Amino acid sequence: MTDSTARKNGAVRLAELLGERVYAMVLDLGAIFTLFVQVVSSLVRPPSEIRNIVKQMEEVGIRSMPVVLVTATFTGMVLALQSYAGFQRFGATSFVGSVVALSITRELGPVFAGLMVSGRVGASMAAELGTMKVTEQIDALVTLATNPVKYLIVPRVVAATIVLPVLVVFADLLGIVGGYFVSVHLMGANPYVYVAKTYQYLEFKDIYTGLVKASVFGMLIALISCHHGFVAEGGAEGVGRATTRAVVASSMMVLISDYFMTSFMF
Amino acid sequence: MIAIRNLSKAFGKKVVLDGLELTVPKGKNTVVIGGSGTGKSVLIKCAVGLLRPEAGEIRIDGHDITRMDERELVRVRRRFGMLFQGAALFDSMDVGENVAFVLRRLKMYPERQIREVVEEKLSMVGLRDIQRLMPAELSGGMKKRVGLARAIASEPDILLYDEPTTGLDPIMADVINDLIISLRETIGATSITITHDMASAYKIADQIAMLYKGKIIETGTPEEIRTTSNPVVAQFVQGRAHGPITDESEEFVRFVSR
Repeated sequence: MTDSTARKNGAVRLAELLGERVYAMVLDLGAIFTLFVQVVSSLVRPPSEIRNIVKQMEEVGIRSMPVVLVTATFTGMVLALQSYAGFQRFGATSFVGSVVALSITRELGPVFAGLMVSGRVGASMAAELGTMKVTEQIDALVTLATNPVKYLIVPRVVAATIVLPVLVVFADLLGIVGGYFVSVHLMGANPYVYVAKTYQYLEFKDIYTGLVKASVFGMLIALISCHHGFVAEGGAEGVGRATTRAVVASSMMVLISDYFMTSFMF
Repeated sequence: MIAIRNLSKAFGKKVVLDGLELTVPKGKNTVVIGGSGTGKSVLIKCAVGLLRPEAGEIRIDGHDITRMDERELVRVRRRFGMLFQGAALFDSMDVGENVAFVLRRLKMYPERQIREVVEEKLSMVGLRDIQRLMPAELSGGMKKRVGLARAIASEPDILLYDEPTTGLDPIMADVINDLIISLRETIGATSITITHDMASAYKIADQIAMLYKGKIIETGTPEEIRTTSNPVVAQFVQGRAHGPITDESEEFVRFVSR
């Protein structure tokens, strides 16, 4: 008897918890969409935020470059290693170059760059804006005749949207170079065949769809992270919570939106 | 003049302001006193349009800011300067950039004049040669003074002070009190100060209003408040642990623990 009520309570509690989570998620999505609309509508209004945009581009772009490049190089290298091992079983090792090039440009370059930027830039945006929120700096902006969405969020969203594709160009390049290095210098593939195969099946479309994806990832990461920073409350603990949420939500959004963009674009 | 009529604000089910009435005369310093968590901050955040009240009106020279859209609010906010409790300096910028923020934003002066204007505002709060320091390098009292310099940079005619002396030593608190008085005299601003520091309230106020349970329960000159016959106000201004304010919560505590 007590056992069954306990189980029922557990089930009810579970359903409640699930409902609360879903409700919170829907609220967040709505808030992020509203934020997107605000960003777009304040984009063109004066004063121009170009200086802040450039500053953010440096923050998102140049400072994320090392981590993105290292990730891309090793991804290309391990990809070559794995495909080589697999393709050897049916004597298709000459296609390793094509597989590396296609996987990197279409999928792994943008997605890994997106994930790394989620962790690095998403966390710093959420923490910075969250701290500004809990120390009333955002309220102070408002009293100084400044729209905080325009001053703080627009530059971050614009910078991330522009810079992420640029990062991905370099990531693609180094990923392919990494794959070449492993295949040619460690696996003993013929360098001419490898390069020829890399070019043979690679289309321009593979590259630019990857860059479009990267751009969308950049926008989503910045929007989500800024949103979580802006709604932070409750001191240092609240900022910590906002940062965690920002990183988790933006990494998940990168992977989810990646699937849907891939299914629409190819 | 600022006239607040029937102002109500709630967060969820928690009613913070409940039909508050307050008239803030022009060129005078009105001090709102009240315990922690009674909604003093909410009151001035409504006044500057940071929070939207559920009901009531806040008229600034006849214009009701609770009904304004964002664009009109931006224009009206140029008349406001606000000193935040923790100073709320932008910690990514140095002192000079903090004070110059609104001047650059609204392009009030040509760039080459800005340093001089900033130096002048800083000297009004008794600070010199600190434009290059970062907020993290300043003491609590200096932060508040820089915050004050930033608040008066655009020459507002309404100043809002959110607990200006909280967290300062008594001497620095009195320096801030003197600054508030001198600013009222030099720039003739209308101001609202919220505080629970009675020494400061008596010193800077032309008018004191007591906020209790979402309403202003008494308004008067410092002398009238000091000698009030209202038991709630008397308990607060004399800082007694026993009286009508705490009796009620003690009953509540007894009720809960029963």
